[in-house]
Amino acid sequence: MSEKPIANKTFDARGLQCPMPILKAKKEIATLDVGQILEVLSDDAGSKEDFPRWARRTGNEFLGIFDEEDFARYFIKRLG
Amino acid sequence: MADVKRMAIVVHSGTLDKAYPPLMLAAAAGASDMKVDLFFTFWGLLLLRKKGLRRAKLPGIMRLGTGMMRWRIKKVGIASMQELLEAAKDSGNLTIYACTATMDLMMVKKEHLIPEVDGFMGAAGFLDIAADADIQLFV
Repeated sequence: MSEKPIANKTFDARGLQCPMPILKAKKEIATLDVGQILEVLSDDAGSKEDFPRWARRTGNEFLGIFDEEDFARYFIKRLG
Repeated sequence: MADVKRMAIVVHSGTLDKAYPPLMLAAAAGASDMKVDLFFTFWGLLLLRKKGLRRAKLPGIMRLGTGMMRWRIKKVGIASMQELLEAAKDSGNLTIYACTATMDLMMVKKEHLIPEVDGFMGAAGFLDIAADADIQLFV
């Protein structure tokens, strides 16, 4: 995963603790069309495991994690 | 999706430390397209009273540290129990049951309860639900 995906929407979840980043992301991704990409910014340490698993569990595609200095960018493509 | 996963939790305790985890799991499960059934019994029923979640204290002598704990919960950015309950309900995946057998014991009446309570049942009713769940927990 070298190329950063182009997101249709970015949601800033920084400052939120588990499980809120997932809950908010769920709402955000519902506003996208199938095939569109959601980018979530999160500084919750649990997100590294949570987002890939949550994306798979909800029938979406996890595209990757891109680390920034004190947070990470998570890319999820809406499939379901 | 192939099959919907289900989680069933018995919420037995009314203290802050034990009330938080089921609500966090319920909220996360709701957002993960899992169906959640929470069965509130014994002291857990006290949480379903109006303002019950807001009044929950730490157990025993730790009760004195409840205010500090609530302050820390807020400071690190953890959602309040009311927010978690609301989010879980919002997902459409959460069903809340109150245990009829222990309502009399705990002196909790239907009219005391928050409107989020969906139903009332006894042990056999909840066992029937839990028997079909993929995840069963007792907190």
